[in-house]
Amino acid sequence: MTKLQAAHHAVGVNNKKWAIGFSTVVGVIFLLNVFVLPNANTQVQRFFNAWFSLNSLAEIMIWILMALGLNIIVGYAGLLDLGYVAFWALGGYVAGWLMSPFLSQFQVDFFGNPRPGLEQGIHFNVFIVLILGGVFTAIWGIIIGGPTLRLKSDYLALVTLGFGEIIPQFMLNGSDIGGLNITNGAQGIGGLDQPKIFGYTIGTFDLPAKFLMVSLMAGAMIFFSIRLRDGRLGRAWLAIREDELAASMMGVPLWRTKFSSYAIGAVGGGIGGVGFAILIGGVYADRFNFVISIIILAMVVLGGMGNVWGVVVGATVLAWVNAVGLVQVGELINNTFGTKFNFPSYQFLLFGLLLVLMMLFRREGFLPEARMRMVMNEEKLEDVEKVTDDTKIGSH
Amino acid sequence: MTSVATGIARKKKISLSELLLRISMFLVIGVITYWLGFNLVIDPRAFLQVSINGINNGLLYALIALGYTLVYGIIELINFAHGDLFMLCSVFSFAILTELFGAKAPGAKNFALLLVVLLLTMIFGAIVNVTIERVAYRRLRNAPKLAPLITAVGMSFVLQWIGLKWVGSVPVNVNTVLPATKYQFAGLEVAFKTFVIFAVTIPILILFVFIVNKTRRGRAMRATAQDKDASRLMGINVNQTISFTFAIAGAAAGAAGIMWAQTIGTVSYNLGFQLGLIAFTSAVLGGVGNLYGAVLGGLIVGLIQAYNDGLTVGPGQRWSQTMVFTILILLMVYRPGGLLGQSSQEKV
Repeated sequence: MTKLQAAHHAVGVNNKKWAIGFSTVVGVIFLLNVFVLPNANTQVQRFFNAWFSLNSLAEIMIWILMALGLNIIVGYAGLLDLGYVAFWALGGYVAGWLMSPFLSQFQVDFFGNPRPGLEQGIHFNVFIVLILGGVFTAIWGIIIGGPTLRLKSDYLALVTLGFGEIIPQFMLNGSDIGGLNITNGAQGIGGLDQPKIFGYTIGTFDLPAKFLMVSLMAGAMIFFSIRLRDGRLGRAWLAIREDELAASMMGVPLWRTKFSSYAIGAVGGGIGGVGFAILIGGVYADRFNFVISIIILAMVVLGGMGNVWGVVVGATVLAWVNAVGLVQVGELINNTFGTKFNFPSYQFLLFGLLLVLMMLFRREGFLPEARMRMVMNEEKLEDVEKVTDDTKIGSH
Repeated sequence: MTSVATGIARKKKISLSELLLRISMFLVIGVITYWLGFNLVIDPRAFLQVSINGINNGLLYALIALGYTLVYGIIELINFAHGDLFMLCSVFSFAILTELFGAKAPGAKNFALLLVVLLLTMIFGAIVNVTIERVAYRRLRNAPKLAPLITAVGMSFVLQWIGLKWVGSVPVNVNTVLPATKYQFAGLEVAFKTFVIFAVTIPILILFVFIVNKTRRGRAMRATAQDKDASRLMGINVNQTISFTFAIAGAAAGAAGIMWAQTIGTVSYNLGFQLGLIAFTSAVLGGVGNLYGAVLGGLIVGLIQAYNDGLTVGPGQRWSQTMVFTILILLMVYRPGGLLGQSSQEKV
């Protein structure tokens, strides 16, 4: 127990260092792209554009947001969610509805920033859209989780998977729901407003500002993840993850606690969805598929379920590999050795094998918490405690 | 006193929500019955025609659902890779029968080849499934539940990748061995393929149900499903029994795979994801762990999907997927145990 408390204390101290580290990395990247790179020679510019383009870095921040949201559900509360992409889609469409000329039946401008000539539609301020996106996905988290959280955990996985398929299909078919065009179908909603933050308008090609915006969002998510984990609710989640029966005996309300993890985890997806929509200036239904859910899950698993910084590192690595690394490294290898492998086509194998091998050989992830390592390797206790093990299997 | 009062209030609240749940369930059933009845009245012939198509697909779903149910019954794992195993089997049958043996048109010799390849595909499915169990799931049998589930998802991706490399990223049309003849019965068209599906799937279904219910091996399977330790003490080789279960499940997927390739006429790498989910819905609908339930569920899901896609008044094909998942979600809400199963709510 003391060992665990010590570990916990160490995490608390490390968090401050990590926070400084995160801000430094973001600041360095920002300053590098604003002041250094435009004046650098073309070779350096080309290298950074190919390997660490600001666009891909900004996308990585969105993936971090998503992975941290899923981490609350999978890592903290131990509930498997295989349809997280649904929240991404929902958040994206909130931005599409409330920040674009798309819903032209209305004309609302609430501290918004409509482009000149496109004043029809709903234009809310970006902060309000972020909040509403979070609230909307939380409500959907409740709708999805509400009836199913009483079920066995593997059934929950399946229902979430079902929602992860239904919601994108609804978006794809949503151009004609009883004659109403709700989602504009496969074309998606483009031409989102340029967000205006404290008087500064982030233009479409103003990548450094966009990068700073999503980094701030990811930073906020990291902060909330850590604070939530250490709070009363977070400790209840961890207790449920480790032993539901024991937790409920200690007075943790099982259903309500699972429920809140699902709703709060969904918020991460929603805010990330809004951020991504702003980043690419639109929301397109065909992007939202099952692969995305699995990639986010792989990020959480790789880094270490439940550990915020592990998940951040896992998300960074996998998002980079997925967006840039697979193509660039592949090209490098092909050019060097004269081979002709189509590296991006190995994406499925990479993520599939990653999940399998991690579960077989390093279940707790590469940067695990002390607690999670104990939970995931519980079976190893069996050899020592044969007697208790027998009773455990008998009661199943 | 106060605690007593809150206790009563809480009890009342639960019964109210349960009442609402029940009312909404009857509403859902009522709407579906009205929709089907309405279609039956306005165009009975089309309704029956669509029903035949539905049973056609439903039998294939039942074969795949059997694999889910068997595996879930014995090690309580949702084998996400099972749908992709089915896909791989359909690709395998295409590669062997159509490409290697060159059986691309109807004929006596090609029918014989079809039967041979049916057997080969079933063996292939069994071997692949047993290998997956041996490599990926066995080590995780005592691990927390999250671990094997995530592994199964990972395996599903690996199998999809193999399928992708084998047939490419676009669906491939299969020149089937079965003739496209159609017979007329009282104004209804029944394709020759439908008869073949009946002739192949029903004996296989009966065979597997027989193996599980009547043979010594089957008894070992059921014992292992109930209590692994007790079975081990009774002299049952638990690992072998589980492998055998995976072999049966894989063989069923193999049969479904070749029948799909021959009757539907396309194979593609991402078939497994969709079909796997449909089949799992079938298994849950019937009551997961229950063999007859899987067959019943497969038929019902096949019918509902056909009604959705084909009826004169209906949502249409673009909502097909949504329809199946809606069934799944409604089931989870109203009857998690399925039609023939027991309640699967978390017990303490």
